[in-house]
Amino acid sequence: MNDKGKIITGLVIFFIIFTFPFWYNRGKAASVPEPVLSPTAKKAGECVRSKDYMKAEHMQLLDDWRDTVVRDGQRMVTNKHGKEFEMSLSNTCMNCHDNKAEFCDRCHNYASVRPYCWDCHIDNPKEIK
Amino acid sequence: MSDLSKSDEYYSAIDHKPPKPTGWMDTPVNLRKGIYCHSANPKSLDYVGMPNARKFDPTAEDWLLPDNWQEIIHKGFKERLDKFRSLKVFMDICVRCGACADKCHYYIGTGDPKNMPVLRAELLRSVYRNDFTKLGKILGKVNGARPMTLDVLKEWWYYLFQCSQCRRCSVFCPYGIDTAEITLLGRELLNLLGLNIDWIATPVANCYRTGNHLGIQPHAFKDMLDFFVEDIEEMSSLQLEPQFNKKGADILFITPSGDVFADPGTYSCMGYLMLFHYLKEKYGLDVTWSTYGSEGGNFGFFTSHEMMKRLNSKMYMEAKRLGVKWILGGECGHMWRVIHQYMDTMNGPADFLEEPVNPITGTKFENAKSTKMVHIIEFTADLIKHGKLDLDPSRNDHLSVTFHDSCNPSRGMGMFEEPRYVIKNVCNNFYDMPANTIREQTFCCGSGAGLNAGEDMELRMAGGLPRANAVKHVHEKHGVNMLANICAVDRAALPDLMNYWVPGVDVTGVHELVANALVIPGQNSRPTDMRGEDIPGLELEEEEDTDE
Amino acid sequence: MNDKYMYSLIAVFLLALLAYLGVEAAGMDVIFGVVLPYVAVLLFIGGFVWRVMGWASSAVPFRIPTTCGQQKSFDWIEPARVDNPSTTWGVVVRMFLEIVTFRSLFRNTRMKVKSDGRITYSLELFLWLGALAFHYAFLTTLVRHFRFFLEPVPICLQWLENLDSFMQFGLPVVYMSGVVLLAAVVYLLLRRLLIVQVRYISLASDFFPLFLIGGIAFTGILMRYLSKVDIVGIKSLTMGLVTFHPVVPEGISGLFYVHLFFVTVLLAYFPFSKLMHLGGVFLSPTRNLPTDTRARRHINPWNYPVHVHTYEEYEDEFREKMIDVGLPVDKMPEPEPEEEAASAAAEAETPEAGEKE
Repeated sequence: MNDKGKIITGLVIFFIIFTFPFWYNRGKAASVPEPVLSPTAKKAGECVRSKDYMKAEHMQLLDDWRDTVVRDGQRMVTNKHGKEFEMSLSNTCMNCHDNKAEFCDRCHNYASVRPYCWDCHIDNPKEIK
Repeated sequence: MSDLSKSDEYYSAIDHKPPKPTGWMDTPVNLRKGIYCHSANPKSLDYVGMPNARKFDPTAEDWLLPDNWQEIIHKGFKERLDKFRSLKVFMDICVRCGACADKCHYYIGTGDPKNMPVLRAELLRSVYRNDFTKLGKILGKVNGARPMTLDVLKEWWYYLFQCSQCRRCSVFCPYGIDTAEITLLGRELLNLLGLNIDWIATPVANCYRTGNHLGIQPHAFKDMLDFFVEDIEEMSSLQLEPQFNKKGADILFITPSGDVFADPGTYSCMGYLMLFHYLKEKYGLDVTWSTYGSEGGNFGFFTSHEMMKRLNSKMYMEAKRLGVKWILGGECGHMWRVIHQYMDTMNGPADFLEEPVNPITGTKFENAKSTKMVHIIEFTADLIKHGKLDLDPSRNDHLSVTFHDSCNPSRGMGMFEEPRYVIKNVCNNFYDMPANTIREQTFCCGSGAGLNAGEDMELRMAGGLPRANAVKHVHEKHGVNMLANICAVDRAALPDLMNYWVPGVDVTGVHELVANALVIPGQNSRPTDMRGEDIPGLELEEEEDTDE
Repeated sequence: MNDKYMYSLIAVFLLALLAYLGVEAAGMDVIFGVVLPYVAVLLFIGGFVWRVMGWASSAVPFRIPTTCGQQKSFDWIEPARVDNPSTTWGVVVRMFLEIVTFRSLFRNTRMKVKSDGRITYSLELFLWLGALAFHYAFLTTLVRHFRFFLEPVPICLQWLENLDSFMQFGLPVVYMSGVVLLAAVVYLLLRRLLIVQVRYISLASDFFPLFLIGGIAFTGILMRYLSKVDIVGIKSLTMGLVTFHPVVPEGISGLFYVHLFFVTVLLAYFPFSKLMHLGGVFLSPTRNLPTDTRARRHINPWNYPVHVHTYEEYEDEFREKMIDVGLPVDKMPEPEPEEEAASAAAEAETPEAGEKE
């Protein structure tokens, strides 16, 4: 009995699936997204925490903020430079970063992350989806 | 059985904990008397041209091996890896999940960890890794590889002949790894060095010469059947005239020679004779026996694929010579594995035969249309289904029957309903054993694959324990006193097993039960069953047995 | 006593150390981020093909499926169409169930020799459950990771992610597959260590993949939930790999390189290990063939003629005896004096062995 044909077909299918990324992207290196700082954000100069921290941990910070506000009823936070902020995605973060599409969505889309923040917080950004 | 302890003592001594201090590779083999069989008689090996025939003592240090024995094994292994994908795949893909471990009757009964199917296979795999895989060569023992040494060879011999090739482990293996395949080929390798056991080698030589394992010569074969004919006449006043080597008969009948030779198989053999007589008288069925093809079983199967083919060839050759339409096969286990999964491939195509049709019912045996060999249980079931047999099941009322699915018709064929259908039509009292011990999960009798010798009685009793234990269950619960089966090795092995573990249970072939119940034109009142024992209610009225 | 798992555990630790120090101390991020992954992928593909074709090149001389159900015989007996498949479709379903649901493992029983004289076999599905959890969690995790290799990320991956995180707890939202994977690895590991029989049969090569995959799951979970890493940077690296424009962005944590190196090692090790059961399960001759062996002839490609004992030879040896009891013979002996000599010669050829019972 000769089943080499079947076996090779099976191997080909397996490797088409396995190498999917290599041909799906057609060898094009998609450009790495750079978040764009809006004029407001540029003017503000600095964020609540350092840039590196925010890059990796912003979701953690927002999560902590949410818990603090909702569970403890505490709305204000002071950063290490002694500056006080309201713990609010809409009113603090997005007041400066008022360009959600260019600042938030780019990286989120690139990394296939879909935070559910904006499921509720739709008041700011004021843009219409 | 003299060396064997009492069954309850043996039972309570069973321990499944592996020995603590060393790993299995560092535990040298210890050949225990009662577990292994005598080495092959060199004359038997010589007669069929097997290599390196010599007498050797398994317990001796020196096995008198040829100088280049390692090379022989290596080359033989390599050749078989190319010839059998089963071997190559099974050597490679085991993940040692352990699902097979407690499925083996020899492991259950002996507690010897190397009787776990996975370790039995690892005995070969360790050498395979060393000889044929890159990682094994580089990492050695860390990767489970070891070179072939005399100790390893002895370990192979000891444990490959502790597998009855029942395939139960294969049912549970997530990759279908079949230890039978591994031990079949492992035994092939051992045979390259003349390392067979005599209980296989001598029947093989006999079968090659005389047509059957027992070495019964043609005149004696006929005499033995004539003796049955006299017995039958005595018990039923029927006059039977079995036909031998008859050219132009419709059907050639082949059954294991064990049934001609030893009780209780003989009663089934007489059952066949009576059934054929009945069918001849009523429907003119023309069946012939053959003295040349007087063996259904095939101990070549336990030796090598080539030897299996050499012995099996007689079936088709004889069918062709006699010019029959098709072949009918008796109740036997490994015989049917060979017929069902090997014969047509090895010795076919059987284009000189006709696609089998039951001449009495007109049923086409579609499932046998290429091999052209029908199992007598299929044949009888078909007759019963079409109401062609006049049966009085009450003639078996003194029996309370359970059915032991033999390994090979179960896991190499899948014949589960047909024998039960036949039994239920000829017996009124039938009780199945627990679900996990029958059908595809059935347990071996403990003596299959050529291990039915006298000298390995401890192994046989240990290996048969799971089967016996399930029989004991229905014996105690339903009063079962008869263990029916469709295998000649079963009929030879199970009586000893029952005596040891479940006294009070007898062993029978299914066609003995059929013959008990068969009402044959011209018979007298037949007050006895096939064993000459009175059937309660048929002889003297007073001894009414209220069995059920 | 059991050095087998220690070898494997130490090996995995050393691998982790190698990658971490290699990148953080020796700055070999190009080696660990680009060169080795490419080598591993090539080894995986080449090795996989080599192994499978190795199996394919071996013959399948006989059709030997294990029959796990009623055969197809009469139309009044219901056959087990899947467990004893006589048709190609039956085989396809059997193989599907075997590969996708681990059908055979689902039969698993546990034997107990009881002191009251009974031996029992009860259904034991933890191994099945553990294996199923392990493989599906691994598959889900693997497919989820395609988000790092595809741009734009296909919508179906987002569906999978949503499904995998539908419990919606924690932030970042917890993917169940990762947790289940790690838990299953721990279960399989404990099983190997604590069940004495399984420990006895286990080799170092059984522990190594478990530790390695456990390491992969652990470092992955660490990166996602605890020690955050630069996801965008990482994706630029992985995208560079699959588009053949490799880049090694600055500032990717050493932890990521440990994770990547584990995967690299797994890929390279895969084809040379028992992990090839992935391919082998498709080729198991006891499962992937129909059981209609008596109805349809199987061809053995290397079937060769063998020595047989023909009827003529048989009759020549036993003719006299056959005639004496009235058995028909093909050739009647010629009434010549030579006859006795001939039968004496035949007699001399017979072995004494033949007389044994």
